[in-house]
Amino acid sequence: MTSLHANTSAHASPPGVMERLHGWAITVDHKRLGVMYILAGLIFFVIGGLEATMMRIQLLKPLNDVLTPQGFNQMFTMHGTTMVFLVGMPVLLGFGNYLVPLMVGARDMAFPRLNAFGFWLFVFGGLLLYFSWIGGDGLYGAGGAPDVGWFAYSPLTSKTFSRGNSTDYWILGIMVSGFGSMTTAINFAATILCMRCPGMTLMRMPLLVWMMLVVAALVIMAIPVLTAAQAMLLLDRTLGAHFFDPQQQGSAILWQHLFWFFGHPEVYILILPPFGFVSEIVPVFSRKVIFGYALMVAATVGIGFISLGVWAHHMFVVGLPPWLNALFAASTFLISVPTGIKIFNWLGTMWGGRIRFQTPMLFCAGFLGMFVIGGLTGIMLAVVPFTHQLSDSYFVVGHFHYVLFGGTVFAIFAAIFYWYPKVTGRMMNERMGVWAFWILLLGFNLVFLPMHFSGMLGMPRRIYTYQPGRGFELWNLISTIGVPVQIVGVALVVWNMIRSYTKGAIAGNDPWDAWTLEWSTTSPPPEHNFDRIPTCTSARPLWDVKNPNDPDCNYE
Amino acid sequence: MPVINPAIFDTASPPAHQIESMAWLVMGICAGIFVVVEGILVYSIVKFRRRKAEQGEPVQLYGSNPIELAWTVVPLLIVFTLGLVTIRVIRDVERTEPPEGAMEVVAIGHQWWWEYRYLDPSLPGGQVVIANELHVPVNKPVWLRLESADVIHSWWVPALSGKIDLVPNHTNHLWFVAEKQGLYLGQCAEYCGNQHAGMLLRVVATPQEQFDAWLASQAAPAVDDQSVALGKSIFMELACSTCHAVQGVSDGAFAPDLTHLMSRDTIASGMVPLTRDNLRAWLDDPQSLKPQCNMPSLKLSDSELDAVTDYLCTLK
Repeated sequence: MTSLHANTSAHASPPGVMERLHGWAITVDHKRLGVMYILAGLIFFVIGGLEATMMRIQLLKPLNDVLTPQGFNQMFTMHGTTMVFLVGMPVLLGFGNYLVPLMVGARDMAFPRLNAFGFWLFVFGGLLLYFSWIGGDGLYGAGGAPDVGWFAYSPLTSKTFSRGNSTDYWILGIMVSGFGSMTTAINFAATILCMRCPGMTLMRMPLLVWMMLVVAALVIMAIPVLTAAQAMLLLDRTLGAHFFDPQQQGSAILWQHLFWFFGHPEVYILILPPFGFVSEIVPVFSRKVIFGYALMVAATVGIGFISLGVWAHHMFVVGLPPWLNALFAASTFLISVPTGIKIFNWLGTMWGGRIRFQTPMLFCAGFLGMFVIGGLTGIMLAVVPFTHQLSDSYFVVGHFHYVLFGGTVFAIFAAIFYWYPKVTGRMMNERMGVWAFWILLLGFNLVFLPMHFSGMLGMPRRIYTYQPGRGFELWNLISTIGVPVQIVGVALVVWNMIRSYTKGAIAGNDPWDAWTLEWSTTSPPPEHNFDRIPTCTSARPLWDVKNPNDPDCNYE
Repeated sequence: MPVINPAIFDTASPPAHQIESMAWLVMGICAGIFVVVEGILVYSIVKFRRRKAEQGEPVQLYGSNPIELAWTVVPLLIVFTLGLVTIRVIRDVERTEPPEGAMEVVAIGHQWWWEYRYLDPSLPGGQVVIANELHVPVNKPVWLRLESADVIHSWWVPALSGKIDLVPNHTNHLWFVAEKQGLYLGQCAEYCGNQHAGMLLRVVATPQEQFDAWLASQAAPAVDDQSVALGKSIFMELACSTCHAVQGVSDGAFAPDLTHLMSRDTIASGMVPLTRDNLRAWLDDPQSLKPQCNMPSLKLSDSELDAVTDYLCTLK
C-alpha cells in the first residue's frame, strides 16, 4: 500500500494549500479529525492559559487594579469554561478518536460522518462562546463575555442579575459543543462494542479503550442533563419561565443539582482518558505487563458507576439535610477506593521493571506524584465539616488543579510525546522534552501549592482582589511568580511539536517497542489504518508477536 | 481591639474547634498515605530504573490476588473510619435546632453587603436592623438565620465556624460561640457578582454588658439635628432615601440602614475605614472606592457633598 501511495504522488503535482485545506475541511478520517481536535484544543489551551495569566497578574498584590472586577470575573468564567469544555474534552476525545480505531484494529470509527459532524459542532460551539466578547452586549449595552462562573449558579444567571446576552452565549456555545460530545460518545461506544478486530474480546482491549468506553457512557448519561438544564435556563432568560427563579418560587438549588449531576461525572470524563494514557505508557516504559488488568477494568467501571452518585459533594454548604450530606460523603469516600487501586496497580507495574525514563514516562511519573496529592486533598474535601471551612476557598482551586493540571494535563503531555511519532512519523526532541518536564513540574507546584495555604488562611476563590494584612500576600505572590515558569514549559512543548514535525528523527513503526496494535502499522498510518485487519491473541498482541516463546495468551 | 487571625487553625468557637481537631486527624491520615505512596513511587523510580548492563525483558508479573485484595480492603477500612468521623462531627456542627440559650440573629445577604436583624420582642418594633458589622456577646451561643435578598452568598468567618450559603427562598442556619473578645474577620465565600470580593465580614465580640448597651443604642431613634437640615433635605430629595433607611426618616431597603451609621468602624461593607474624609469621598464617587458596586455617583457639588456628609455624621 505504501508503495502505491508513493507511485501516485510521484506522478501528480503536489497539492496546493487550498487543496490541502479543503482536504482537512471535508475529511471524515478519524485520524485527521483526532489531530484537528487536539490542535484546536491546544489553541484553546493557550487562550485559557492567557486568561489565567491575567488573573494571576491581578492577584499579584492586594488591591491591585489591572483588571476591573467584572473583567476579572469574565476571566475566570472563560478560563474555567474553556479549559473544561474546549480543552479537556476535545483534546481527550481527539486522542480517543485517533487511537481507538487503531487500538481495536478497525479501519475507522463506526460513523465517520457523524464523527466529523461532532468535531465541527465543537469548533462552532467554541467560536460562539468566544463571539460573546463582541456580541454579548446585546441591546442592553451591559455584558461582554460571560461573568457568571463556569458553573453559572442561578439566580446570578437570571435576566435580573445578568443583563445583556453574555449568559445566553455561554448557554448556547456549551450546548452546541455538548451535542458534538454526545455524537462522539455514541460513536466511541459503537466502535468499541462492534468494530474490534478478530480475537479482541472485551478483556483483551487495551485499558485506554476500556476507559474511553466508560467515558462514552458517562458522556451519554451526563451531558443531556446539562443540555436540559441549559435549555431550562434559556427559557427562564428569554421566555419568562422560572425554573430557577426564587422570586417566582423557582429553585436556585435545583440548578446546582442538575449542573453537578453533569459536573461530577465530567470530572471523571476528564481524568479517565488520562488514566488510560498512563495505563498504556507505564507498562511499555517499565517493560512489564500492567499489574492486575482485570482489577483495573473493574476499578474503571466502578468509578463510572459511583461517579454518577457523588454530585452533591459540590453542595456541602448549600444547606442540604445533614443525612444527605453524610450519604454523599460516603459515596465520595467510596470512589477513592477504585482510584487508589489504579494508583497501586501502576506502582505495581513499575515495581520490578526496567524503567526507561524517556519523556512520556517522566510525565507519567509526574502525573502519579501530583495526582496523588490532588486525590488526598479530595479526601479531605469529602469530610463534610472540613469542607465547611475549605469549600469555595483557594484550597479547592489548588485541589482541582492538582487533579486537572498535575493529573490530566501532565498525562496529556505524556500522551503527546508518546504518540507524536505515530501521528507524524517523527520523534519529538528528547532533551527539550526533559527540560520541559522539569520546568513544568516546578512551575506547576509554584503556582498551585500555595493556593492550599491561602485557602486555609481564609481566602475565598473568585475574588478579584484581597485586603492586605490577612496573610494572603506571600502565597499569592509565589503563585504569580510560578506563571512565567509554566509559560516557558508549555512553550517548550509547543515549540518541540512544531520543530520536530520537520526536524525530528524518523520514528519507524514502533519506536518505543510497544505492544498495542497501533504500533503494528506505519507511522503515520495509511488512511485505511491496516493493510490487513490484524488479529488479536491477547491483551498485548505485539508482545505475543515479539515473544513467540512466552506469549501472553499462555497466561489468560 | 484585637483582630483574630481568620485562619481555620486559629479558632475561637466550638464548631470551629471541632472542625479543627478533626482536620488534624484527617490531615494526619492523608499525610500517612502521602508518605507511603510517594515513597513507593520514589523508591521504584530509583530502584527499578533500567541499568545499562541489563538486557532483555524483566519478569512479567500479571497480578496477584492477595496483594490486590490488600490494597482494596485497606483503603476501604481507612475511608470507613473517615466516614464514621465525618458523621460524628456533622451531627455536632450541622445543628437543626438552636443551641440552648442562643441569641437569634437574622443575616441577609445583599449584592454586596450584609444586613443583620436582632429579633427581640422587648425592643421597640420587635427588631433592630443594622448593616455589615455584627456585634455579639462573648461566650453566648449565636444562632444565625441565613437568608438572601438576591443571589447566593456564603457566610464565612473561619475562626468562628465553617461557611454556610445564604440562598434566596431557602433558609439556612449556622451557629457559633465567640470565646474571645475582639474583631473576627471573614468574607463572602460564594461568588455573587462584581463585588464578591468586597463583601467583607466583621464580627465584634464584646462582654455582655457592653453588647447590651450597644444594642440599646442601636434601638434608639435616629438623631434629629436641626443644624444639618440642609443635608437631610438633600438626602431626602435625591435618590439616597429610595435605597437607604434612616429609621423615622426614610425606609429604603436596597442598601444598608444608616440610622446609626457613625457607630460603625467601616463603610462599603468593610472595605474602607469610616472617617469623615472617606465618607465624603464615598458620597462623591462610590465607584472609585468600590468599583462596579450598586451605589451610583450622584454628581453632588462640593457644598452639597459637605451638607450631606455633615448630616450623615450626626447619625451616631
